[in-house]
Amino acid sequence: MNSKPIFQVENFGVSFSQYVKGIERRELHVITNLDINLYKGKILAVLGSSGSGKSLLAHAILGILPYNASIYGKMYFKGQEISQKDREALRGHAISLIPQSVNYLDPLIKVGKQVGFSLRQKSEAEKKQLVLQQFAKYGLAPEVYDYYPHQLSGGMARRVLLSTALLAESEIIIADEPTPGLDEQSLKEVLADFRKTTDEGCAVLMITHDINAARTIADQIAVFYAGSTLEIANVEEMTGDGSKLRHPYTKALLRAMPDTEFVPVEGTQPMPGEMTKGCLFSDRCAYKTEQCLAETPPLRDVRGGKVRCFHAS
Amino acid sequence: MKNNIGKFLGRRAVRLLLLLVATMCITFFLMEISPIDPVTAYVGTSTKVSAEQRALIAEKWGLNQPPLLRFWSWFSNMIRGDWGESIIYRRPVMEIIGQKFLASAALMCAAWLLSGLLGFVLGIIAGVREDKLADKLIRGYCHVLISAPTFWIGIVFLIIFSVKLGWLPVALSVTIGVVEESVSLGDRLIHMVLPVMTLCLVSVSNICMHTREKTTAIMNSDYVLFARARGESTGSIIKNHLLRNISLPAITLQFLSFSELFGGAVFVEQIFSYPGLGSATVQAGLRGDVQLLMGITIISMIFVFAGNTIADCLYYLIDPRIREGGAKDV
Amino acid sequence: MCDKKKVFALGPREKALISVVGFTLIVAVVMLIGSRIPDSAIMTDFANINQAPSSSHIFGTDWMGRDMLLRTLKGLSLSIWVGIICSLSSTCVAVIMGIIGPVFGKKVDAVICFLVDLVLSIPHTIVVILVSIACGGGFRGLVVGVAITHWTSLTRVIRAEILQLKEAEYIKTAEMFGKTRAQICVQHMLPHIVPQLIVGTILVFPHAIIHEASITFLGFGLPSHEPAIGIILSESMKYLTSGQWWLATFPGLTLVLISLAVSSVGRNLEKIIDPAAAYKI
Repeated sequence: MNSKPIFQVENFGVSFSQYVKGIERRELHVITNLDINLYKGKILAVLGSSGSGKSLLAHAILGILPYNASIYGKMYFKGQEISQKDREALRGHAISLIPQSVNYLDPLIKVGKQVGFSLRQKSEAEKKQLVLQQFAKYGLAPEVYDYYPHQLSGGMARRVLLSTALLAESEIIIADEPTPGLDEQSLKEVLADFRKTTDEGCAVLMITHDINAARTIADQIAVFYAGSTLEIANVEEMTGDGSKLRHPYTKALLRAMPDTEFVPVEGTQPMPGEMTKGCLFSDRCAYKTEQCLAETPPLRDVRGGKVRCFHAS
Repeated sequence: MKNNIGKFLGRRAVRLLLLLVATMCITFFLMEISPIDPVTAYVGTSTKVSAEQRALIAEKWGLNQPPLLRFWSWFSNMIRGDWGESIIYRRPVMEIIGQKFLASAALMCAAWLLSGLLGFVLGIIAGVREDKLADKLIRGYCHVLISAPTFWIGIVFLIIFSVKLGWLPVALSVTIGVVEESVSLGDRLIHMVLPVMTLCLVSVSNICMHTREKTTAIMNSDYVLFARARGESTGSIIKNHLLRNISLPAITLQFLSFSELFGGAVFVEQIFSYPGLGSATVQAGLRGDVQLLMGITIISMIFVFAGNTIADCLYYLIDPRIREGGAKDV
Repeated sequence: MCDKKKVFALGPREKALISVVGFTLIVAVVMLIGSRIPDSAIMTDFANINQAPSSSHIFGTDWMGRDMLLRTLKGLSLSIWVGIICSLSSTCVAVIMGIIGPVFGKKVDAVICFLVDLVLSIPHTIVVILVSIACGGGFRGLVVGVAITHWTSLTRVIRAEILQLKEAEYIKTAEMFGKTRAQICVQHMLPHIVPQLIVGTILVFPHAIIHEASITFLGFGLPSHEPAIGIILSESMKYLTSGQWWLATFPGLTLVLISLAVSSVGRNLEKIIDPAAAYKI
């Protein structure tokens, strides 16, 4: 990683205020101590099971969290720290979101027209032409322009959503779970689409729970656990017995894959309310020590990647 | 598609018939058990009319026959279009209703349009500014209106605008039941200002609260979140996503409000002595004009039914998902 | 990016609870004071007729020199009583209609749905007027009129709830144990809908009290010798043009405030009972 990251998230957290019972309230920490870096022309996959705070990360970067959420930490775009105002200005231009599903499209507006919203300050005719060009590039028939969102198939929907980001000519694309519900063929095509986009100079943050998809196209994989990054590994390391990996959780995840040992990971991820002091993974870890229970390990550079563990070397 | 609409209209027609018959039965039953004596209502309590004459009138109207028989003769007359004669106006009920309904329709139509527009705009403002000051003010206003009797609002307006400020006439100057050919159009319009204003402001809250709910739901929806993520401003979100999604439901709801509108008109017309169907209802009720009261009940039911039917038709047009029906198997 | 935290802040539930208690107290106090005012306190006093509001008569006096504040309070307590009886009876109708529909089979359900349709098809004002006339006016007509026009929305809520309950395992178990439908209704279904019933009854109350005043105002409700708010307002119409604005303004305003207070109790109670509503700030 010689070049400078285009986007950085540092020691970042999100919490919600919530009622527990009656009029008792608590602050719910959903994301804590989160760090990621995005580089131009690279895909970073954020890998985590559901409830690990992946989607919230995307929403936080775009500044579209619900208003009872509070955030802390820092974000940098091209080396400059950005505020909520900056995020509002950047979203839709420099930073684009590709949402999870067609539910994120207005059900009453034709698909083509909605994709065209990305193109501001252009005439309707120009918009339509550009959208159709984009559609053609990604193998979408011109008829799709006049479809309503509910008429799209899974693969079509991904491409339509991808088109919205590409037309905006963003430097950073955040893709929220782009793979579920796709058949083998569509999956391959969609992943190829992402690779193509990245090679054209975008930085892509792909949020997923699908290790295979992550291994197929990502350059780096950030492992997310209970709202925190446990490890950032290079994709080559996610093979074989996982001996090149740094964190016990990542190793366990890899061993759980069908093409390796197929051993399930014991235990469950702590819920946002149950997070205790110390290492978040400590209750499932075979190597835990007194230190792991007492303090939260910092994210350290180890062998060209990063890891949040006292014992990794 | 056409077939569907035919089926739909057929079902509505059957429903209208059922409701009509039920309404007629219930109205007749209620009037039957009421202590109103039609003969007394007709001749008054004066002693000038002897007992024999009363008996003659009762005989002529068939009041001595058993209730079921009387119901049947009334029912068949109604179907043939003979709605009887109003005791207080001494003219056929149909004629009175026709004439009064036009006056009421002008009042209700104006108030309906204005309240719909005002409520819609206020609802959007409140919904977009959810939990901000504007929202709280608008919500407070709606809650007060829901909790205030229509007639009292009318009285307050009368006190403020007619008595204190003297801007508008105390509408009491138009006498009930008098056909004023001499009154000019301008005069009529001025007399309509306060009634329309009252009825409009009272009817705002329903549509406003509904629009607000819909607006907040849409503003918190995934697709508005995505629209924001794409850098759309609040203005462009309102234009592109909100209006399209809430206009037709709001219009539909406004058509469903005919019942409250009619109820409100009764009070407004009474307060401002507006010569419409509402004040005729009160007069008919107070003076025991059974024929007119039953006629008005049925007309009001048909009026409400018409609104509901239009609303139901609009549901079909709202959504491309419903419009296609079973045509597409997605 | 800083996390703004209030150390001591009242959340929505705290506020809801406070307003429920507060407004309930206010309504109760008004009712109590009103019912304690003896008839002798509202004396005709021809030395003090038609007085505008002042420190000795803050609501002013009427054409017979009667203190409007006392009359209003007395009227309010009567109105609140009538309102309570009206909303309770409409809840009774709602419960019966809401339960027997789903429990006693499709035919009964269809009839009930038709009745809901019928009630919603005729303007409420007209129905209440008709019923009042049928009952020969007065208190009975009002209660029956309001009860048969205001049950529909609560019935829908109950019906939906019961339809869901009917599929519950324990209801089916109770059926297998040979309990009768009526027993199941009372022992196993009714307790579940109690929260909705309370909220529903409270939310009907403002409508009931307004309808009561309105219908009385038109001359179909309570007789003119009763000290009801509707009567006071109807009398005030005669004195409007002579500038005695206080006769209509204050009694009406207090009625609005009472009805606002009760609907606020209902809405806040709903918030506390319904967890989904409580999370909203």
